[in-house]
Amino acid sequence: MDHDEAGRPGGAGARGATDRADLAPGAARHLLGDKTALGEVDPRTIDPPYDAPGYRSSTRRSPRHPLLVLPPSVAERAGPLLGEGRVGPLDHDLTRQHPGEPIGERIVVEGRLSDGDGRPIAGQLIELWQANAAGRYAHHVDDHRAPLDPNFSGTGRCVTGPDGRYRFVTIRPGEYPWGNHHNAWRPAHLHFSVFGRAFVDRLVTQMYFPGDPLFAYDPIFNSVNDPIARQAMVAAFDLRLTEPAFALGYRFDIVVGGPRPTPLEDER
Amino acid sequence: MSPIPTPSQTVGPFLAIGLVPLANADLVAPGSDGALWIEGRLLDGAGAPVPDGMLEIFQADPLGRFPPHTEAPWSGFGRCLTDAEGRFCFTTLAPGPVRLDSGELQAPHIEVLVFARGMLRPARTRWYLPGEAELALDPVLARIDEGRRASLVAFARAPARLVIDVHLQGEHETVFFGY
Repeated sequence: MDHDEAGRPGGAGARGATDRADLAPGAARHLLGDKTALGEVDPRTIDPPYDAPGYRSSTRRSPRHPLLVLPPSVAERAGPLLGEGRVGPLDHDLTRQHPGEPIGERIVVEGRLSDGDGRPIAGQLIELWQANAAGRYAHHVDDHRAPLDPNFSGTGRCVTGPDGRYRFVTIRPGEYPWGNHHNAWRPAHLHFSVFGRAFVDRLVTQMYFPGDPLFAYDPIFNSVNDPIARQAMVAAFDLRLTEPAFALGYRFDIVVGGPRPTPLEDER
Repeated sequence: MSPIPTPSQTVGPFLAIGLVPLANADLVAPGSDGALWIEGRLLDGAGAPVPDGMLEIFQADPLGRFPPHTEAPWSGFGRCLTDAEGRFCFTTLAPGPVRLDSGELQAPHIEVLVFARGMLRPARTRWYLPGEAELALDPVLARIDEGRRASLVAFARAPARLVIDVHLQGEHETVFFGY
């Protein structure tokens, strides 16, 4: 162990997790009503700090100088138009990209892409990648002793509709071990890459599943200090999105808030 | 009532699975008229290459315009994943002049976001093209200590061939920006 946080899963962030991790799925959102209020969350606690407690890989990859505050320029208020023409008809369905069906539990993941005022963002690109049902990525660097699935690549893309909606059909990914500390396991998650209207909206995040028992031990999940902001990364089970005799449905709304204030921890 | 912005998380080590399919580091065809080659390495605090990183750039066209005011197929956007030695390279056109909201004219530059395993949110920087007269008047560079300005200015190794390294940390740490 080359890091003093190793073996202390989650570090400082995990302490905050314990008061929410045992709540029912989507509970934090429920407590705030249907429309969660940013007023309840300090905007400086939305994004994680560069140097996060317990996440070893951040140690040498985190800038140490204070960030130079620079309001978004005309460049960043514009954005690349990456929607139409880049996505094939089956790109959103990760279960139909090979001759056979992948092993695992089919799920539908649907949600709405909006800006910080709740307005839908139409025609923008969403990219998704994930491990297979056994917790193994189809990537040469992944040496987890779990089987690859010849019928699952774990890559999807789609473009948001006029109402900001997107929809993926995929397989529920498995949890998997990683080398961060002794007996470290990542909660099941999907990686999302999102473009908003502007370059300043650019977001890469991870979607988690409700009630995952690994939340309390994961320094990446807990790198987001605010427990309510953390819940914004947890999908909600939704019976309305569930397709009878086919797949469970999860709702994951994505909010790109425009320029994000620098997290408190990075104000050195 | 505003919704809570979705927090950022790392791209992780397997980013290539999801982000290579639409990666395009050539905003124009290499060798085409006016094509500018920009290459460099992404390095960590120990000076070691970052092989699981990604750089995305966004820039004005040569007339200083952005989508949707540009002519197709110009998107102004490029994406390059780093290789085993941390290297990246883009082929683009020299961006035109862009003003700050204050009206001050900036030296030609490219907006850059850096993503990697170990980075829980992207680092935001910019690359300036070489050109002493314009750089001396740039209002953003003017706010940076002289010793650190060089981290934002590409070096011309040959005509139309620029080099700039990105240091996430350490003695030569690149200047990064916040909002």
